[in-house]
Amino acid sequence: MAENLLEVRNLTITPTGAEAPVLHDVSLSLAPGERVGLIGESGSGKSLTAQSVMGLLPEELQAQGTVSLQGFAGNILDAKERTLAKMRSDLVSMVFQEPMSALNPLMRIGDQIAEVLRIHGEVARGDIPGRVLDLLTSVHLPDPNSARYAYPHQMSGGQRQRVMLAIALANSPRLLICDEPTTALDVTVQKHMLDLISERVATVQAGLLFITHDLAVVAGVCDRVIVMYAGRIVETGSVTQIFTDPQHEYTRGLLASSDLDATDAHGKLFTLKTALSYAGPVDGAGPIDEAGSDDEDEQSAADGPADVREPAPASARETSTGDGSAPLIDVSGVSKHFRSRGLLLRRRSPVRALDDITFSVASGQRLGIVGESGSGKSTLLNLLSGLDRPTAGRVRVGDIRVESASSSALRSLRDDLQIVFQDPFASLDPRMRVEDIVSEPLVARGTAREERLARVEEMLLAVDLDTKAMRRYPHQFSGGQRQRISIARALVTRPQILVADEPVSALDVSVRSQVLNLLTDLVDDYALTLLFVSHDLGVVKHLCSDVIVMKDGHIVESGSTEDIYAHPREEYTRSLIAATPSLAGALASAT
Amino acid sequence: MSEIPGTTSAGDASVDRGSRTKLRLNASMIIGAILILLIVALALVSFVWTPYGPSAVDPAARLQPSSPEHPFGTDKFGRDTLTWIMYGARITLMVGIVAVGIAVLIGTPIGIIAAVFAQYPWGVWLSAVIMRANDILLAFPALLLAIVFAAVYQPGTGPAMVAVGIAAIPGFARVARSGTMQVLGSEYVRAAKASNRTAPAIAIVHVLPNIAGMVIVQASVAFAISVLAEAGLSFLGLGTQAPVPSWGRMLQESQQFLSTQPLLALWPGLFIALAVLGFNLLGDGLRDRFDPKMEARGNG
Amino acid sequence: MITYVASRAIQFVLALIVASVVVFALMSILPGNAAQVALGTNATPDAVAALEAQYGLDQPPIIRYVNWVVGMLGGDFGTSYVTGAAITPVIVGSVQVTAILVIAAIVLAIVIAVPLGTFAALEQRNWIGVTISALSQIGIAVPNFLAAIILVIIFSLTLGWFPSQGWMAPVEGFGGFLLRLVLPVVSLALVQAAILTRYVRSAVLDVMREDYIRTARAKGLTRTKALFVHGLRNAAIPVITVAGVQLATLLVGAVIIEQIFVIPGIGSELVRAVANRDLVTVQGIVMVLVLLVLIINLIVDVLYPIVDPRIRNAS
Repeated sequence: MAENLLEVRNLTITPTGAEAPVLHDVSLSLAPGERVGLIGESGSGKSLTAQSVMGLLPEELQAQGTVSLQGFAGNILDAKERTLAKMRSDLVSMVFQEPMSALNPLMRIGDQIAEVLRIHGEVARGDIPGRVLDLLTSVHLPDPNSARYAYPHQMSGGQRQRVMLAIALANSPRLLICDEPTTALDVTVQKHMLDLISERVATVQAGLLFITHDLAVVAGVCDRVIVMYAGRIVETGSVTQIFTDPQHEYTRGLLASSDLDATDAHGKLFTLKTALSYAGPVDGAGPIDEAGSDDEDEQSAADGPADVREPAPASARETSTGDGSAPLIDVSGVSKHFRSRGLLLRRRSPVRALDDITFSVASGQRLGIVGESGSGKSTLLNLLSGLDRPTAGRVRVGDIRVESASSSALRSLRDDLQIVFQDPFASLDPRMRVEDIVSEPLVARGTAREERLARVEEMLLAVDLDTKAMRRYPHQFSGGQRQRISIARALVTRPQILVADEPVSALDVSVRSQVLNLLTDLVDDYALTLLFVSHDLGVVKHLCSDVIVMKDGHIVESGSTEDIYAHPREEYTRSLIAATPSLAGALASAT
Repeated sequence: MSEIPGTTSAGDASVDRGSRTKLRLNASMIIGAILILLIVALALVSFVWTPYGPSAVDPAARLQPSSPEHPFGTDKFGRDTLTWIMYGARITLMVGIVAVGIAVLIGTPIGIIAAVFAQYPWGVWLSAVIMRANDILLAFPALLLAIVFAAVYQPGTGPAMVAVGIAAIPGFARVARSGTMQVLGSEYVRAAKASNRTAPAIAIVHVLPNIAGMVIVQASVAFAISVLAEAGLSFLGLGTQAPVPSWGRMLQESQQFLSTQPLLALWPGLFIALAVLGFNLLGDGLRDRFDPKMEARGNG
Repeated sequence: MITYVASRAIQFVLALIVASVVVFALMSILPGNAAQVALGTNATPDAVAALEAQYGLDQPPIIRYVNWVVGMLGGDFGTSYVTGAAITPVIVGSVQVTAILVIAAIVLAIVIAVPLGTFAALEQRNWIGVTISALSQIGIAVPNFLAAIILVIIFSLTLGWFPSQGWMAPVEGFGGFLLRLVLPVVSLALVQAAILTRYVRSAVLDVMREDYIRTARAKGLTRTKALFVHGLRNAAIPVITVAGVQLATLLVGAVIIEQIFVIPGIGSELVRAVANRDLVTVQGIVMVLVLLVLIINLIVDVLYPIVDPRIRNAS
C-alpha cells in the first residue's frame, strides 16, 4: 500500500457547469524513484493530471477521485490550500513548459531561488546564499555567481529553464513533475536540458513524472510510459514494450506518425490511419550512420511488397539540381542588419540578422533551410518574398531582382512565390470566411468572382477539405485543417515556388504527418520548387533533397540532404543531428 | 474498444465550437443597453409629448415635491421637473453623439495611419510625430479644453461638444494604433502582403474589421465621459445655456435649495448617473466580447 | 536608465513647448483680439486701440509669444487687462490650495482602492467580490459634483458635522482647515477610488493568471501569499499609469468642486477669469495646468523603470 510514491485513483475532472468530463477515470501510480513518461497530444489531459497532483488545478475545474502522495496525509484533491502549500516543493515540485513567463520578471534570480529555501525553512538563514550558489552551479549555469544578480529577461530560455529546475529541486522533493519542459527550447538546448533533468533527478533520488507530446524525448528519460488520449489513459507499459509492441491503436498511430524515418508502401509518412503497417522504429538507423543514406529506400522496399508509385525519390530530385540551366533562385552575398530605431538619444549597434548569405535553388528542387531560433532563417524568407529588403547583396527569383524590384515586379514575383506560415491560428484572419481567405491572392490579381470561386473550390478539394468549408470561419477548424486552408491559399495562384515557414511545428504529431504527406503530393502534382524552413531536422530529412544549415545569420553548411546527414562536416551540424531526438535512437539508448 | 474518434474523413478532429458570430449577451451589456434605451426613449418621446411645456411656469406650484400632477416635482419657477429631465436627455445624447462622432472619425484614422506609417522606414518619424502630438493633446483634459473654448468663444453647447470631442481623439488614436499594430504584425497580414494586397486594401479588409470591436468599446466609454463633461460644464455655466434644459444646469440651480427641496438635485443627478452607468456597462459588456485576450484563449 | 530618463525629459520639454504654442495660438490668435474680448463687443475702436497699445497687443504674434514665454520663465505671467493686477500671485496662491485638495484626494483614492480592488479580485467568485465590483461600477457613474451635493445634504445640512462651504489655510487654524477639507476631498476621491478599484481588480486578476504566480505556488506559497509577494508589484505597473491619468483628471475636475465649496483654488480663478473675459489670466492658468499634467506624466514615466527592471535595462 505505502510502497507507491504517487497513487492516482479514478481521477475525473469536469469543468464547472459542464456535463462532459475533460478527464475520465484516470488511474496511475509511480514507485519511489521511478521515472514515468506521460504522453499525449493537445487536449489529452496530461497537463491536468499533473496539475491535480500539485493541487494547482484551476478553480473552474471540479475534480473527483483520489490523489495520494507518500508523506502526505489524505487526498490531495480535498486538501486546503495552506496544507497543499506546505507539500509543494517539499514533497513534489514542478517545472513548467514556458520558461519565458514562469519566473517573476521583477525579481532577481538569486532571490527567487532563496525564496523557495526560506519558505520551507530547512536551510538556516545564513546558509541560504551559499546554497543558492550551489543550486545554480548544480544546474550548470555558465556563471552561477553573477547569475544570482540577473533578472529573468537577461537570460535565455534554456538558462531560465535551468533556474526553474534548480528551484524545483531546491528542497529535494520526492517527486518532480516536468510539464513539457523542453518544448519551447531549441533542439541542442533541449538535449542538454534533458540530460540535466536525468542527472539531477538521480542525484536527489526523486521520482519523475515527465509530460510530453514527443515520444522520442520520453524514451531517453523514462523507464515507463503512460499514453493518454482524449482525457483517458489508453496504454501503459515499459518504454521498450510501447515502442516495439504497442497494444492500442492510438499508441501505434502516434508511434508511426512520430517516426519520420519510416514511410509506408507509397513512400508516405505513416498517419493514424495507415499505422497498421508500421513495423516499429528500426534500430541502428541512428542519424550519423554509414547506411543512413539509403535508409529510406531500403525500408520502402522492405515494407511495401507492391511498389505503387515512385515517391519522387532522392535520385529524381537531384537531377534537377545537376542540369546546367540557370538556377531559379539565386541569392548572393546577402546581408541584413537591423538598426533599432529610437527617437533621440537611443541608438544601438545594428543586429546582424544575416551575414553574407549565398546559395541557389534550381527549378524543381526541394531545399530545406534548417536552423535554431535566431539563426536568421525567417529573415531570409522575408527577403526572398520581397517582404523586406536586404542591407547588401543580390536576390534573384526567376528573372526578378528582388532587392531592387519595383512594386509591379514584386507583384509578379508574388504570383510565382507563395508562403505557408507557421502558426495556423495566427495566419488566417479570424473575421474572414474561408472562401475569402483562400481567394485573397486572386482578388489582388483582379480575377473575376466566378473564376475565383471555382479556383477556391478546386484548391480546397486538392487539400482534402470539404467545399462546405468555404462559408465557415477559421475558428471552426482544427490546427491541421487550418494549415490545409493556408496551403490552399498559397497554391491558388499556381505559383512555381512554395515557401513553407515551419508549417508543421505548431501541429500535433499525428496531424503533422498528414500535412507533410499532403505537401509532398502537392509539390509533385504542381511541379513546385519547395523552400522548406524548419528547426526540425527530421522533417527536413524526410521532405527535402538539399539542405542549408544556418546559425547566427551564417550558412554553416550546405549540400544534399543525404550527404549532410551521413557526413556532416561542421561541428554545429553534427551537434544538431546528435541532439535531434529520433525514435530509433531513443529506443537504442533505452534498451 | 480501441476506436479513435477523429481519425475518419479529413483526418484530424474538427473543433467546431459553434458559430461565434452569434452575439453573446452578458448581464453588463443587457443592463447597459436597457439604461441607454431608457434615456433614448425619454429624448424621443420629448419631441412628441411632455407633461408640460418646458417654459410653462406655475408660480403657485414652486418647489413642489413629487405629486400626481408633477411626478418629479417642480423647480423654483414652478416648472415641471419631469419635462425638464426629458428635454435634458436630448442635450445629453446630442453632445455624446457629436463628441464621440468627432473623436471616432478623426482619432481612428489617425491611429491607423500612425501604425501603417510605422512600418516603413520613411514613415517611422512621421508616425512618432503623430503619436507625440497625440500625447500632447492628452495633456488637455476634456473639461480644460471645453473651458478654454468657452473662454475664447461664447459658452454654449456647440463649443462644449467640439471641445469634448477633440479631447477624446487621443483615446481613439491610441486604441486604433495599438489594434492596428497588432493586426499588421499578424501572420495573416504577412500572408496578405505576400498575396500582393496593397496597404489600403489591407487596412480595409483586415485592419478595420479586426479593430472595430475595440473602437466600439472605446466609443461607449467616451460617450460616458462626454455625458459627464457636458454635465460638468453646464454645472459651471460654461456649457448649455439657459433657457435650453440641461441636466447639469438643473443640478447647479438646485444647489440653493438643497436644504428646502433636495429632490431638485436628486432627479438630474440620478439621470446623469444612469446615463453614465449605462454606457460604462455597455462598454464593459462589449469588452468582454471583443477582448483579444479572450479571443486567443480556448485552445491549448 | 539614465538615457531613458533623459529621453523622457527631452520629450517633456518638447511637449511643453508645443503645448505653450497651442495655448497661445488658441487664446491670442484665433479669436482675433483679446482687448476686444476684454472690453466687450460694444467697446469703441479707440478704447480697444488704447488697451492694445497699453499691453503691447499691437505687436506681431511672434513677439507677443516670445514675451509671454520669457515672462513665464522668469515667473511673471503678465498683467490682467481686466483687473490690471499681476497674475502670478493669483496663480501661486490658488495652485497651492488646489494641490492640497488634489493630492489628498488621490492619496485617499489609492488607500481605498488598492485593498478593495485586490480583495475583489481574490474573492472574484464570492458575493463580496461581486458586490465590490457592482459598487465600483455605480461609483464611477456618479459625477464628483453629484457626490458633493449628496455629501453636503447628508453631512452638512442634515447632520451638521462639516461646513457646507468655505476654506481656511492651514496656518489660520489647522482644525478648521481639516474640517473644511473633508467633504471636498471625499467627493473628489470617491469617484476616483471607484475607477481605481476596477483597474486594481483587473490588474490583479491578470497577474493571478501569470505563470510566475503558479511557480510561486509550486514553491510552496499559498495563492494569497503568492499574490502579495510576487503579484502586487507586477500589478502596480498598469495601476501607476491609471493613477497618473487620474491625478491629471482631478487637477481639472477640481474646478467644479472648488465652485461648489467656494474654495479659492486654481479652478475657481479659472472660472472667474473666463466669466470676466480675462483671456491673459485664462492663458496663464491653462498653461500652468498643462504644465502640471505634463509633470505628472513625466513622474509616471520615471516610475516605470524603478518598478520594472526590463524597462531599466532596455537602453
